[in-house]
Amino acid sequence: MDNNHIVPFKQIYNNDPSNALHRNSLITKLHIDLPMFSCMFLCFLIGLILIYSAKLEFHLVQKQFINFLVAGVLMLIVAQAKPRAYRAWAPALYFSSLAILVLVLIIGDISKGAQRWLDLGLLRFQPAELMKLAVPLMVARTLDEHILPPSPKLLLLSLLYITVPVVLIAIQPDLGTAILVASTGIFVLFFAGISWKLIISLATLCVASTPVLWFVLRDYQRKRILTLLNPELDPLGSGYHIIQSKIAIGSGGFFGKGWLNGTQSHLEFLPERATDFIFAVLGEEFGLLGVVILLMLYMMIMLRGLYIGMRAPDTFSRLLSGSLIMTFFVYLFVNIGMVNGILPVVGIPLPLVSYGGTSLVTVMIGLGMLMSIHTHRTLVRK
Amino acid sequence: MPVLFKLKDHFKENQLYINRSIAALIVVGMLLALLLGRLFYLQIYHHATYVTLARNNQVRMISIAPTRGIIFDRNGEVLADNIPDFSLEISPNMVKDIDGLIETLSTIVNISETDIKNFHKQRKYKGRFERIPIRNKLTEKEVAAFSIQKYKFPECDIHANLARYYPHGEAFAHVLGYTGIMSEQDLDEIDQTKYRGTYVIGKYGIEKSYEETLRGTAGYEQVETDARGRKIRNLEEIPPIAGQNIYLSIDSKLQMVAYDALQNFHGAVVAMDIKTGGILALVSKPSFDPNLFVKGIPQEVYTKLQHSKDRPLFNRAIRGQYSPGSTVKPIIALQALDLNIVTPKTIFNDKGYYQLHADGRKYRDWKEEGHGLITVTQALTESSSPFFYFIGDKMGIDKLHDIFVRFGLGTATNIDIEGEATGIAPSPAWKKKTRRQSWFPGETLSTAIGQGYTLVTPVQLACLAASIGTRGQRIQPTLVKATQIGDQALVEKEVKALTPVKIKHEEYWDVVIGAMENVVKSQQGTAYWVNAPRAKFTMAGKTGTVQVFGIKQDEKYEADKVKAHLRDHKWFIAFAPIEDPQIAIAVIIEHNPGSPMVARKVLEAYFAEKSNGQ
Repeated sequence: MDNNHIVPFKQIYNNDPSNALHRNSLITKLHIDLPMFSCMFLCFLIGLILIYSAKLEFHLVQKQFINFLVAGVLMLIVAQAKPRAYRAWAPALYFSSLAILVLVLIIGDISKGAQRWLDLGLLRFQPAELMKLAVPLMVARTLDEHILPPSPKLLLLSLLYITVPVVLIAIQPDLGTAILVASTGIFVLFFAGISWKLIISLATLCVASTPVLWFVLRDYQRKRILTLLNPELDPLGSGYHIIQSKIAIGSGGFFGKGWLNGTQSHLEFLPERATDFIFAVLGEEFGLLGVVILLMLYMMIMLRGLYIGMRAPDTFSRLLSGSLIMTFFVYLFVNIGMVNGILPVVGIPLPLVSYGGTSLVTVMIGLGMLMSIHTHRTLVRK
Repeated sequence: MPVLFKLKDHFKENQLYINRSIAALIVVGMLLALLLGRLFYLQIYHHATYVTLARNNQVRMISIAPTRGIIFDRNGEVLADNIPDFSLEISPNMVKDIDGLIETLSTIVNISETDIKNFHKQRKYKGRFERIPIRNKLTEKEVAAFSIQKYKFPECDIHANLARYYPHGEAFAHVLGYTGIMSEQDLDEIDQTKYRGTYVIGKYGIEKSYEETLRGTAGYEQVETDARGRKIRNLEEIPPIAGQNIYLSIDSKLQMVAYDALQNFHGAVVAMDIKTGGILALVSKPSFDPNLFVKGIPQEVYTKLQHSKDRPLFNRAIRGQYSPGSTVKPIIALQALDLNIVTPKTIFNDKGYYQLHADGRKYRDWKEEGHGLITVTQALTESSSPFFYFIGDKMGIDKLHDIFVRFGLGTATNIDIEGEATGIAPSPAWKKKTRRQSWFPGETLSTAIGQGYTLVTPVQLACLAASIGTRGQRIQPTLVKATQIGDQALVEKEVKALTPVKIKHEEYWDVVIGAMENVVKSQQGTAYWVNAPRAKFTMAGKTGTVQVFGIKQDEKYEADKVKAHLRDHKWFIAFAPIEDPQIAIAVIIEHNPGSPMVARKVLEAYFAEKSNGQ
């Protein structure tokens, strides 16, 4: 067999101490990446501790654990599939998600007169979540077919793949999800090596179009940005959220007030304290120390993700892993930034920590894909 | 592996990835530093400030919901009210033995198992210092009974909320709509700052369309609490601003007459004040009780309503699209006269059918033997179809379409509640666009007698009747007559006139209106049986039949032989009095021919009220 080009992989793979393929353990068989899984699980445990403290309801902890089990099963299923399979299924996933997205938009329009929000409530969320995975898969597949960096034609095509779902989600309106979906796609382009000139000019364009964006935004979204600048504008709404979460975090100090001792968290001052604002509970009860520990776990997941990308055997896997892990960072940065009052209030939960099944499922499926990329490398050798 | 020649790119591309990862890491590092800097600033640098803020100055904002505007009819009768709803609430943080307390309370007021269950459920989700209702909707007796013994229960309170109440229930459901508890989707779409302290939002009808007007602005009080959350004192209070009241143009007496006159049939009535476009009555039957929705409708009840065969949630008056039947013949006759296709003196031989070609298909009349030699007046009075087949054939679909459009068919009337259907004014262009087929001559004939593709809503036909009555004037129909802030004077809404229908020969209006008068006056008239001559006012009307059940070319429709749900729908449109038209009405009853009688009852009630008032 003339497989010279694969030799380097073999070397990489033999030198990799974390490579469990030789050990043939259960973890190997399940295609779990142990370093990533451990960090992820620790984050989740921190989440459970905080959820209990935020709500003092053990049944919520149980529910979240069940959410984790469901998400875990999905993650495992995803990890079993080969990256090649994602590549093959990317268009199907992308276009069906797009179809559902359009459908939901049309149904949403028709149901204006009738009251069908119950059915819609579920549907409205799903296609947008799917897009977080479908967009990077689709863009990575598009770019990987040709030599990098991509030609202008491919670049335009990729931008089209990104823009269409983002616009559809933004008019739902769900700005938070739209931002995340947009970043998944843009990160693929970034790792595909579009020139810095282009990146800088795109960024400039974004900044320049902010005034235009202002008119596109819904009233409540404008309000959120205004409240960020001046929380007193809406002392009962999002301004109140920011004021109270800043007090919670600030009063936590270095060591925090201790578990279950956060007055802000327990006296109902903090809104959404088990979901979007759970970081404030961490800040109040575990202080800067607790925050730094969580951030370190997040960084370990990130570094591991980038490393997986480096070791990936083909362009598709590389682009996908880079995008997935950077989106993970956007997730946590936007959430923590919002809770600290440096970004506007956008409904994005803290990954792996916030209460709620949907975000847990999306994040863990993403990490499952990374595990699949890492654990299927040997297949190249056949 | 995809393509092998990519081999030489591999290292380059991997290197590219590594370079980009490093760049990404630098940005990530910078952003992390920003976060950590911010956290340091909050948690270390300003730690003392925030500790003080958290410990001492614990200010709570308690929002106060505004009172929703009240909806009146044109005479000031209340149609949607806010009624106090008393609930018994417990402050759980002040109680040691909750079960014991509930047991004692249940000796004074009725407390069911479900109440206790709900109470415990809410305890889980509400804050420790919030009061939680143990019983809602206390009766007056229970309020009194508890108030006497209140001193024994410092931890319990009676709390008065305001709940929406629709005193007329079903009769106004499709006009007023209802308020309900906000859904997650509503939460996404609204500006939440305007909805502090309330969970209520208009969901349907006037309540939805005039949500902004009715809602008002929330107020709030700033309360200082100690570190344990107990209220120390009020710091500041900004009172809420109540929503505006709304006066509808609806006359509730007329509405009730129309609602009762429809009996148990399915159908709709729209009556309109010709001078202002104000809707006097708008009924759609079957209906539903809007009070069911106010406190959150149980899912199974809602599902039942939604899936009911009778479609009670469907507003037939503005959303129901039916063939107009012969109700459009007056305007077609008008167009034919104006285009000189016929004159008032033209005599046509109605043999009971009409043929496009000598031995083509026979387009039949409802009367098998035909109406004989007739003029346009007789053709309208007796509702001859062959006559209209003939003028339709001569006029062509474009001229038919033209007169429909000029009278507002095929477009929304823009009545001020949501969900109106536009109906269809068919044309070859429309057919090409929606069905990708070309127009057939036979379809022109069906269109000329109001069958075929044409669809109209009851509100459109009420406007059409009004426009005939005023000889072409057109006014936009409205439900809201005026708004009112607090006790201030009413602010009347403007009457909005639309492009009038102009014809070259004004005298032809008399021909058409005269024929419509004959419909109810002459013995040959299709609605003679409503006995208009004995009424104290003059009226002009037109009947229309909507075929539900397709009968074959040579078969005859016989109501008794057809199953109830396949019987024809019957339209009746009218305006009165003829000399100085004041009221226009459109009635449709599904599967029953009684609509002229319903219209007659409403008109009689209208004029009776008028003469009483003078």
